[in-house]
Amino acid sequence: MTGGDLAIEASGLVKTFRATRAVDGIDLAVPSGGVFGLLGPNGAGKTTTIRVFATLTRPDAGTARVLGHDVVADPHAVRRRISLTGQFASIDASLTGQENLMLQARLLGLTRRAARTRAAELIAAFGLGGVARRAAATYSGGLRRRLDIATSLVVAPALLFLDEPTTGLDPPSRIAVWETVRLLVRQGTTVLLTTQYLDEADQLSDEIAVMDRGKIIAQGTPDQLKASAGADVIRLRLASPSQRDRARQILTRLLGVPVHTEADPATLTARLPGVTGSEAVAWAVSELAWEGIPVPSFALGQPSLDEVFLALTGHPVQDPGAKEDAA
Amino acid sequence: MTSMTVLEPAAVLGQPRPRQPNAIQASFTMAGRALRRVRHEPEQMADAIAVPVLFTLLFTYLFGGAVSGSTGSYLHYLLPGTLVMSVLLITVSAGLSLNTDRRAGALDRFRSMPIWPPAVIVGSLIGDVGRYLLASALVLGLGFTMGYRPGGGAAGVLLAVALIVVFAFSLSWIWTTLAFILRSPQTITTLSFAVLFPLTFASNAFVSPVTMPGWLRAFVDANPVSHLVGAERALMNGTAAAGQAGWVLLASAALIAVFGPLTMLLYRSRA
Repeated sequence: MTGGDLAIEASGLVKTFRATRAVDGIDLAVPSGGVFGLLGPNGAGKTTTIRVFATLTRPDAGTARVLGHDVVADPHAVRRRISLTGQFASIDASLTGQENLMLQARLLGLTRRAARTRAAELIAAFGLGGVARRAAATYSGGLRRRLDIATSLVVAPALLFLDEPTTGLDPPSRIAVWETVRLLVRQGTTVLLTTQYLDEADQLSDEIAVMDRGKIIAQGTPDQLKASAGADVIRLRLASPSQRDRARQILTRLLGVPVHTEADPATLTARLPGVTGSEAVAWAVSELAWEGIPVPSFALGQPSLDEVFLALTGHPVQDPGAKEDAA
Repeated sequence: MTSMTVLEPAAVLGQPRPRQPNAIQASFTMAGRALRRVRHEPEQMADAIAVPVLFTLLFTYLFGGAVSGSTGSYLHYLLPGTLVMSVLLITVSAGLSLNTDRRAGALDRFRSMPIWPPAVIVGSLIGDVGRYLLASALVLGLGFTMGYRPGGGAAGVLLAVALIVVFAFSLSWIWTTLAFILRSPQTITTLSFAVLFPLTFASNAFVSPVTMPGWLRAFVDANPVSHLVGAERALMNGTAAAGQAGWVLLASAALIAVFGPLTMLLYRSRA
C-alpha cells in the first residue's frame, strides 16, 4: 500500500491564493526515514506545501500521497500517522504546559492516567519541569517551541512536520531542537522540516529540496547541491593587494573561469567546475609565484549552501532576522 | 532558563497510537479545555455575570413603575425576557474564542489530528453551557430575591432554562460561522450586537406589543426571540407551552442545520 518506500509522494501540486501561485507545480518524493529539508526564503511556498501534506489545505491541482494515503481522498488516514508543529507555536497559551500535553494525549485517546504519565515523561525529557504548571502565555520563545514539539510527540508519529522549528530561537535552544530531531530520526521517525537557515538544512537533512517562488529548483543531498553549484571553490590571499589585478588576469587565463574579487583587497576566489581543486590550486600557486606574485595563504573548499542558493536562484537568501547571525 | 536535559529515547517516543476517541469523548475533552481556560482566566466570565445582573436590576427599576405601575408586577412580565436577553448576548463569546483559536494557530494542530472534526467546536459550545447556566442562575436568583415567584414552580423554571440553553447552543453556530468569515473579534462583537439588539428589543421581552404601531407589531410577532420569550413565560408561569416550546426547538434545529454545516465547511477550508 505504501508506494515503494516513500513517506511523501507529490506530483504537479498547485495551490493558488488569489493572484499568487504559492505552490506552483511541485513534484516531490520524500523517502521514509531520515530528515528531508525544504529550504527556501520567506514566501517561497514551504509552509503552504507542508499544509497540503498535513491535510490542512486542499491543493488546487496535482496529487499528494502521505504514507501511502491520498491527502484529499483519505485525510483521516494521513492524520492518524502524522504530527504537525506549525510555524506559529500551535499551543493553547491560556493553558499550562502540562495541560497542553494532557489535552493532546486525551484527544489522541490515552486514558487519563496514561495521559498524565506521558505528560510527565515529556515534561522531564524537554526540560519543562520548572514551568509545566505555568500558563504557556508566560513562556519564552524557546520554551514555547519545546512545548510545541513535545506536544507533537505525545504519540510517536510516523512522519513529523516541523515548519521552521528554530525560527526566532536563541542558539542553545536551536541546538536542543536539532538534537531532538536527530534522536527522533534514529528511532525511525521521518521528519520533513522547512527552514530558511542554510546551516540548519545542511546540519540536519539527508536530502534537501530548494524552493523558490513556489517551485522546487533543486533537490539532492547537501553534498550534491554544493557540487552542483560549481564544484570546488578556491580562495587565494596574496601578499600584496597591489598585485591583485594582475593575478586576476593570469588566473582567468589559466583556469578559464571567472575570478572574483572579495571585500578583502588581497583575496581572489574562483569556482572550478569539472576540475580537481587541489591540482588547480597547486598549479595556480606555482604559476603565480613564477610571475613574481607570492601567495602566502590559500584555501580550497566546497561552496556553502548560501553560495548554492545564490547560484541556483540568482538572488541571495533573505536574512530572516539579522540578530540570528551570531548563531 | 531551564535547559533541556539529554533526551531519553523512550521518553520521547512513547507508546504506539491508542484507539482514537469517539465523537463524544473528543467533544467532552474539548469542553474540558474550555472550562480549564475559564479557571485560568476567570475574567472570561465577566460578561456572563455583568450582563444578567445589570439587565435584571436596570430594567426592573428603570421601567417597572412606568410600564406596569409597580416594579413587582413588571418583574413578573420582565424576568423571562431578561433571562432570554442575558443568555443570548453572551452566546457571542463562542465566536470570539473560536476566532482567537483560529488566529493563534491552535486550530491547525486540531485539524491535523485524527479526531471527529466538529468536536473542536461542539466541545467549546458545551463548555459555554456552563456560562449560560451561570447567567440563568443569576437572573433567577436576583428575580427571586426581588420577589419573583414562578407559577410553573421548580419544574417549569428548569424546563425554561433547558429550553434557553438549547436555543443558545443552536444560535452560537451563527457566531462560529462568523468566526471564520470575519477577521477580528472586534468585528464579530460589533456585528453580533447589531443583530442581537434589534432582535431582543424589538420583541415582547420588555413590553407587550399591543401598544406598538402595526408595522413594528408585525415584526415583533415574526421575531423568533418573541417566540422564545413567549415559550419561557409559558414554562415559568406553568401555562400551556408545548406549541411555543416546539416552535423554539424547531427553530433551534433549523439554525444548526444551516450554520452547523456552514461552520464545518469553513473550518475545513479556511481555518
